[in-house]
Amino acid sequence: MNARNPILEVQDLVTTFDTDGGRLTAVDGVSFGVQRGRTLGIVGESGCGKSVTALSIMRLLPQPMGRIAGGKILFDGKDLVTLPPDDMHRIRGGRIGMIFQEPMTALNPVHTIGRQLSEVFLLHRTKDKAEAWRRGTDMLRKVGIPAPEVRMGEYPHQLSGGMRQRVVIAMALACEPAVVIADEPTTALDVTIQAQILELMQSLQRDMGLAIVLITHDLGVIAETCNDVVVMYAGRVAESGPVSEIFSRPSHPYTRGLLDSIPRLEQTRKTKLNVIEGMVPSLKDLPAGCRFQNRCPFRIDRCATAPALETVTPGHETACHRWRELPAR
Amino acid sequence: MPPIAANSPLLELQDVHMHFPVREGVFLRAARSCKAVDGVSLSLRAGETLGLVGESGCGKSTLGKCIVRLHQPTSGKILFEGTNLAALKPRALKPHRRHLQMVFQDPVESLNSRHTVGEILTEPFEIHGVGDAASRRASVLALLEKVGLPAVAAERYPFEFSGGQRQRIGIARALALNPRLLVCDEPVSALDVSIQSQVLNLLLDLQRELGLTYLFIAHNLAVVKHVSDRIAIMYLGRIVELADADEIYEQPLHPYTRALLSAIPRPNPGGRRERIVLQGDVPSPINPPSGCPFHPRCPHATDRCRAELPALRPAPKLSGHTVACHYDLP
Repeated sequence: MNARNPILEVQDLVTTFDTDGGRLTAVDGVSFGVQRGRTLGIVGESGCGKSVTALSIMRLLPQPMGRIAGGKILFDGKDLVTLPPDDMHRIRGGRIGMIFQEPMTALNPVHTIGRQLSEVFLLHRTKDKAEAWRRGTDMLRKVGIPAPEVRMGEYPHQLSGGMRQRVVIAMALACEPAVVIADEPTTALDVTIQAQILELMQSLQRDMGLAIVLITHDLGVIAETCNDVVVMYAGRVAESGPVSEIFSRPSHPYTRGLLDSIPRLEQTRKTKLNVIEGMVPSLKDLPAGCRFQNRCPFRIDRCATAPALETVTPGHETACHRWRELPAR
Repeated sequence: MPPIAANSPLLELQDVHMHFPVREGVFLRAARSCKAVDGVSLSLRAGETLGLVGESGCGKSTLGKCIVRLHQPTSGKILFEGTNLAALKPRALKPHRRHLQMVFQDPVESLNSRHTVGEILTEPFEIHGVGDAASRRASVLALLEKVGLPAVAAERYPFEFSGGQRQRIGIARALALNPRLLVCDEPVSALDVSIQSQVLNLLLDLQRELGLTYLFIAHNLAVVKHVSDRIAIMYLGRIVELADADEIYEQPLHPYTRALLSAIPRPNPGGRRERIVLQGDVPSPINPPSGCPFHPRCPHATDRCRAELPALRPAPKLSGHTVACHYDLP
């Protein structure tokens, strides 16, 4: 994945949370990179650490519990982990934008769309309020909101879910950032609206040369919008590589389990679906070694030691001791 | 109860409407109404699964709640084994209730957190006065086994279980009184991918074993197709198309069905298809458009669509396939 220089590179990220039950490691040694104009997907189930990874990059971890305990986040040559808060403030929203899952909670309900959108410009680009308002209106037009002048004066509750998500995207892209982190940007939306939003993100990416980190649990969204994908499980990378590789030659039992368990349109109806037995282990009670071992049909004694990421083909890595022995699919 | 003919449907809906008053103004007068379900007719055969698909606000959950009579429909008939449930008073309805049960989307909110699983599962027997304490205990253990939970689960509280296990508890509760029909309202959408397939397999197994009839409400089209025999597509309170599950995917006729199917992101990279991206949002059911409710977003809309509401009619050359569109689109 590192053939060209990534604009954003996460190296060995470790993020911990202090809870009443002790310190939990939500992200444990995660690395990936994303280049300009490309989309990296992070896929995994609830609790796998994908959203915590996003919050770590933005330095928006809940305080005081959350903390980056190790690793580097390199953006434009700078390590965001050690950046002073003021510098980070300039990068957040200015150079790296974020799109959240639930547009209603990402927007302030008591301020107009215009006020919230022009605030982004006032923070990062201009001192002139009228100028900020004008650029906000332009941005709404760019994300395909009809009658942007009217919408600027409205409140979030007056907009539909799809329109609100467009506003959130407008805010994330307002300052023409180099990277956008989108955490489940279409999960709360209906399929026909999801199609509109994904299309919009792709066309904006083409225009602006954005690098996108797209976090989702939907393998269909990954297949249709991403170039590369990182599959996370219980805080670690299980497998990563180009999307076409991962979908055609999954080399980790977890990735295979995920791909095999989703119902497909071309499948015979009412047949038994493949399942991954059991459930994700709790962060409080992780097994030593491979974290997937208690659900893995290929488990052997060696799985009690943690597998390192091994190269399957250049750019395609998997963390499984037995990837060479996995049966052909 | 009158004898049922062998091929008569288990459940038949005839022109069901569910309009909610919208109260506004100083005197909270109900000047307008929200037409959540606006004239739905369909039937379910015993032992089949009918998938009900649509986007948020299309009225699919409201329709499900009308069937189990959590709502009393404004008008129309709900014929269950020949009896019109829509007209029944609560007392007359009670003996029928046990035959129609519901599985809810959110297994956290639909289970009482202060009751043990055993208490939750005993409640249906108590309400309907079935069995004594000993037989109820035995039934609870049998239910837990049926849905793949250990017997010790009866002593625990819902919060001690994962999402998938809680949905199993919700299914066990729905099955307690041996119902004929289960209305499953988005039963797997709150679950992770790897857990979804476990619960879907359970529902398929239970149907085979117990001869259950399902109304399966969901927005995930791949999930619906996998479990259903027939599928109905709903838009703004109406059925716009209904057909055999394979056929509706192979030969969708309504422009909305076509757009919906083309919008599903498919987990096959490289296989780029032509995606029909609909413009605009779903209109409000308080103020639905004139004529065909889909016309403002329809790429084929004509003046006739803007003026005249299309009825659900049999599709030409396809048996058991109905569509609510004025035109036979190519």
